[in-house]
This record gives sequence, C-alpha cells and structure tokens, in this order.
Amino acid sequence: MFLKRLLSNDMPRSRLLALLLVALFIALAFAPFLFPGVKALSVAAKILVFVVLVASFDLLLGYTGIVSFAHTMFFGIGAYGIAISASRLGPSWGAVLLGLAASLAVSLVLSFAIGLFSLRVRAIFFAMITLAVASAFQTLASQLSDFTGGEDGLTFKLPELISPSFEFAEEPFLGVSLDGRLLCYYLLFVAAVVLVLALLRIVNSPFGRVLQAIRENEFRAEAIGYRVVVYRTTAAVLSALFATLAGAMLAIWLRYNGPDTSLSFEIMIDVLLIVVIGGMGTIYGAAIGAVLFVVAQSYLQDLLRVGSEAASGLPWLSALLSPDRWLLWLGVLFVLSVYYFPTGIVGKLRARAAR
Amino acid sequence: MTKIDFDWKPLLLAPAIALVALPLTGSFSTWLTLTVAGLAMGMIIFIIASGLTLVFGLMDVLNFGHGVFIALGAFVASSVLGLMGDWTGSGELWRNLVAVFPAMLVAMAVAGAVGLAFERFIVRPVYGQHLKQILITMGGMIIGEELIKVIWGPAQIPLPLPEALRGSLFVADAAISKYRLLAVAVGVVVFGLLAWTLARTKIGLLIRAGVQDREMVESLGYRIGRLFIGVFVVGSALAGLGGVMWGLFQQNLVPQMGAQVNVLIFIVIIIGGLGSTGGALIGALLVGLMTNYIGFLLPTLTQFASILLMVAVLLWRPQGVYPVANR
Repeated sequence: MFLKRLLSNDMPRSRLLALLLVALFIALAFAPFLFPGVKALSVAAKILVFVVLVASFDLLLGYTGIVSFAHTMFFGIGAYGIAISASRLGPSWGAVLLGLAASLAVSLVLSFAIGLFSLRVRAIFFAMITLAVASAFQTLASQLSDFTGGEDGLTFKLPELISPSFEFAEEPFLGVSLDGRLLCYYLLFVAAVVLVLALLRIVNSPFGRVLQAIRENEFRAEAIGYRVVVYRTTAAVLSALFATLAGAMLAIWLRYNGPDTSLSFEIMIDVLLIVVIGGMGTIYGAAIGAVLFVVAQSYLQDLLRVGSEAASGLPWLSALLSPDRWLLWLGVLFVLSVYYFPTGIVGKLRARAAR
Repeated sequence: MTKIDFDWKPLLLAPAIALVALPLTGSFSTWLTLTVAGLAMGMIIFIIASGLTLVFGLMDVLNFGHGVFIALGAFVASSVLGLMGDWTGSGELWRNLVAVFPAMLVAMAVAGAVGLAFERFIVRPVYGQHLKQILITMGGMIIGEELIKVIWGPAQIPLPLPEALRGSLFVADAAISKYRLLAVAVGVVVFGLLAWTLARTKIGLLIRAGVQDREMVESLGYRIGRLFIGVFVVGSALAGLGGVMWGLFQQNLVPQMGAQVNVLIFIVIIIGGLGSTGGALIGALLVGLMTNYIGFLLPTLTQFASILLMVAVLLWRPQGVYPVANR
C-alpha cells in the first residue's frame, strides 16, 4: 500500500522490470560499499545525475510528445548556478542555495519564454528553434569568460561537510572511509530518489494524463476543452526546472563546471539515446536506460579495446572496434531500437508481462 | 504561384539590411567587402539548405541527418583534391578549376549514393511520423559521423584552396576574395537549375503534382515513390556539393562540421518557410549578410545575429517568408 502510494500507483507491471528496478535501487543505495574504488563511485554518481536529467526530458518527449534540443541548456544553467555562486561567494551552504535559487529562476524565465514563443508551432519547428537557441547559449557561456570561466570552466570549493578532506570517523566502516565524499554521494542519492518520485507523481496526476492526451491527439484534447498551449508550456517549464536541479547535482559532485561538462550537444544526444533505448513515456525507462548507458560509456570502451586488439590483423575491423568508436555502436543500437523496439526496454518488458 | 499575386515583400529584406548596414560600417569599401562576403556565404548556405528544404517541402521528411552529407562531401573532396596536387598547386586558374570540378562531382556522387542508402534504411520506415523521423535521422547522423571518423580519422584535416582561388581582387578599394565570387556563381547556377526544373520541366510538374495529390498522379501511371527517392538523392548530392563549398570556405574539416552547420541551415529553412526553394535562398542571403555585418560591428553577438533574425521574421510571418501551402 505504502509502496503503491510512493510510486504514485505507477507500478512496474512486469516482474522482470520490478526485479531490475529493485536491483538497481539496492546497487545505487549501497554503491560505495558494494563497488569500491574511485571510478566506480564516480560512475554511480553520474548515473544518479543522468537518471534525473533523462527522467525530466522524458516528461517532455515521452509524455507530452515535444522534441526539444535545449534540454542541456537548463542542465548547464543549474551547473553554472552552483559553480558561479560558489566560486564568487565562497564555500558556504548559503552560496549553494543562492546559486540553486538563481539558476531555477533563470530556467523558469527562459523556458517560459521559449515555450510561449514556439510551442504554438509544429513539433518540427520547435525542435529546430530549440536547437538554435541551445547552440547560441553554449557560445554565450564560452564567450562570457569573466563570468563563466570561458572554455576552461570554473573549479570551486563546497562546504567542508561534503568535501573529501572531511572525515567524520577515524575507522573505516566495512572498508570504506567515512568522509565528505561519501556524504556527498548520499546527498545526491537522496536528491535523485526524491526528484524521480516527484516526477512519477507529476506524470500520474490528472495533469500528466492531459499531457498524454495531447501527445496522442492534440486536436481532440483541444476540442475537449484543454488549453493545449498552457499545458505544453507548463510541461516545458517543469521539465526545465528538473533538468536545472540535475545540473546542480552534477556541479556539486564534480566541484567543476565548463561548457563541455554540462552544455555540449553530445550530452543532448546521450539523453535522447537513453530515453529511446529505455522507453519513452515511462519514467522507469529513464532509470534503466541511464544505468545501461552510463555503464556502457564507462566500461564498453574497455571491452572494445579488447576486441580491437583481437582484430588487429584486419585494420578496418580494428578501426571499427576502436574504443573511441563506442558511440557508433550505440548509434546503431539506437536506430535499431527505433525500428524494432519503439517502446524501449520498459515497453517491451511490460508488453511481455501483459501477454 | 501566378505572376499577379506574386509576393514581392520578402525580396526587399536583403537589400533593406544592406542599406541599413551602409551608414553603420563607416566606409563604402568596407561595406562592399562585407556585402560580397555575406552574399557568398549566403549562397553556400543556400546550396546546403536547398537539399533539405527540397526533401522537406516535397516529401514531408525532416532529415536531422542532413549534416552527414555535408561532412561527407567535404571529406570526399579533400581526398580527391589530395590526389590532384599537381593541378591544385599550379597558379593557373583553369587548371585549378579542372581540379575543383571533379572533386565536386565525386563528392555529389558519393553523397547521393549514401543518400540512397540512408533513405532506404533510415528514413523509409518512418514516413509520415515526424517524431520518429527526428529521432531516427539523428541516430543516422551519429552513425555517419562515427563512420567518417573511422575512414578519415577523428582529427581535423586542412583543405587548402587551390592557388589561383586564393587572395582577393580589388574593386573600388574593396577587397573581394576570389573564392567568394566562385561561390556566388555556383549558388546562382544551382538556384537557376532548381527553379527551372521545378517550374518548367515535366519532372518538376510531376513532383509538384505528386505533392498535391499522390494517388491521382500514380493512377496516371507515374511512379511517384521512385521520383521522391530521386528527390532525396538529389537533396543529398546538393548537401555534398554544399559541403565541398563550405569546406573550401573554412579550409579546415572536422567530422562534426555537419552538426555545426545544421543550426545555420535550420534557421535558413525556417525563415524560408520550410519547403520553399525561393524562401530558402532569401533566408540564406539574409543569414549570410547579417553574420558578416554583425561580425564586423559587434563580433560577440555574431552567433545571436541569425537567431534574432529568425525571431524577427517569425514575428512578422509565423510560417516563414514563403509558407508552403496546406501544411
């Protein structure tokens, strides 16, 4: 009962999916203890950030049927908010909160403006306009070097409590030293869980149902009496705000932000890949997809390196399997999944369970 | 469109911008240099955008992977020109042009052939579904970009201009680079051929009729499906040609160049009205002029100039300057 309420009545509806989600939750919750090592913890933290970012994009793409290419812009605003305020005002909680509030305000205004201006037009128009706006914003961020640190980005300090130098216990617990890094991870973990549950709440509310109605048939939704432009703009703004929070999480973890870290078009493509592979219109798909993708990004390259070395006799095959070409294989996977699994992994699992 | 109700207002936009810029730039010779540079850049952008607007206007397919053909054309041309070092290195104009034209033809042929495969494997399953088109052509672009990295390597490679096309001519104290004159000439030829084909030939008639009422044309015994695949191939080949022009313009190629140019072409075809060849020409010239004037007057705003231009045009005409009917 409690779990049902917590998940906003949106149960996994597939035994295998439920199993995967539980395993995922446990793995992330105990990641510092289960997977020792600096790289593993960084991968886990990146997964947490991407789960929130991708879920917020899914609200737009999967639930409302809007293709936006400006999503990483809001992600970047969140990251820059923390970075700029912490580097100017010093490492205090006040600075972090101020940066967060300021970036949320900027995202609110900007997403509202883009929404009002372009959501009246067709899907294709919106996709192209957001692409243009996002690229202009990226240039702006790298040109205003006094403010954003330009191409070099900003490195900054955060409050003592969540910095690696802070140790709150002498003895390591289960082989893991109890330091600020661990606290920082759990801060991210709690934030990610709360934000994903909030997104689940939103998409399963009456508001979320209207969004799905608009996605399925805009004309009929309008005819029933829903103001489509209002709903779409609200969805765009909400999605931008969640992306901003994900950006703030990234900056808090990395203590660094630059244009390539949070604003680049590659991240936008990654997000698109994850949503489609995981399953559009299911917040769970964002979680499953993000884990698959980030793990692939971090470890597939090692696997490809093995393959590339094994194929060193055939130069062209070796070039195709080079670890730098991992995106090629994800691209192929992406096209195949739009072809054969338009509903993504989650949709496929649910369809199998319903049969 | 008959001659009587021809909409001439958008035609005045480019001259108007040029006139406004004249007093701002300070001297006539600077203005002339900037204007010719802007027109040349506009023509190159038009060549690239014409393929996209053709495919969208006629087949209702938005190809986010269009950038791949641009990069492909440029990289193929760099290989062809690399093989013809004797011809590009000589200072004689005719020898240089003899080297550049085969490079363009080969680039167009390769881009067209890849376009054929792209249509078959990426676009065909998603006709009529805009959302999936955006997603799957985006996937196609990732694959294409990575394959270019496999073949030509991930690093940037130089694409120097042939000897005789470097440097500038001086007209009324204004420096006008020779390559830009070539770009304007190629752009005019491409626009002329496209407009003539669509308006005056039987193929153009069939294409326009097929857009209006596909079943009717098919019942008359014409295969519209094949004709439209031809349109896609021509669109890709034009992107390849545009890629060669753009590559020589930048003199430097990166595998991501297609994605970088994509932003500019999208702005151009939105201004043009998504599907209109004439509109795309006007949009491209406007963007080219704006970029050059603003780049001279307020360099930090260069990137925003074309976006502000797009916003202004859309406020004036929300469907672009020449909206394509019944969309």
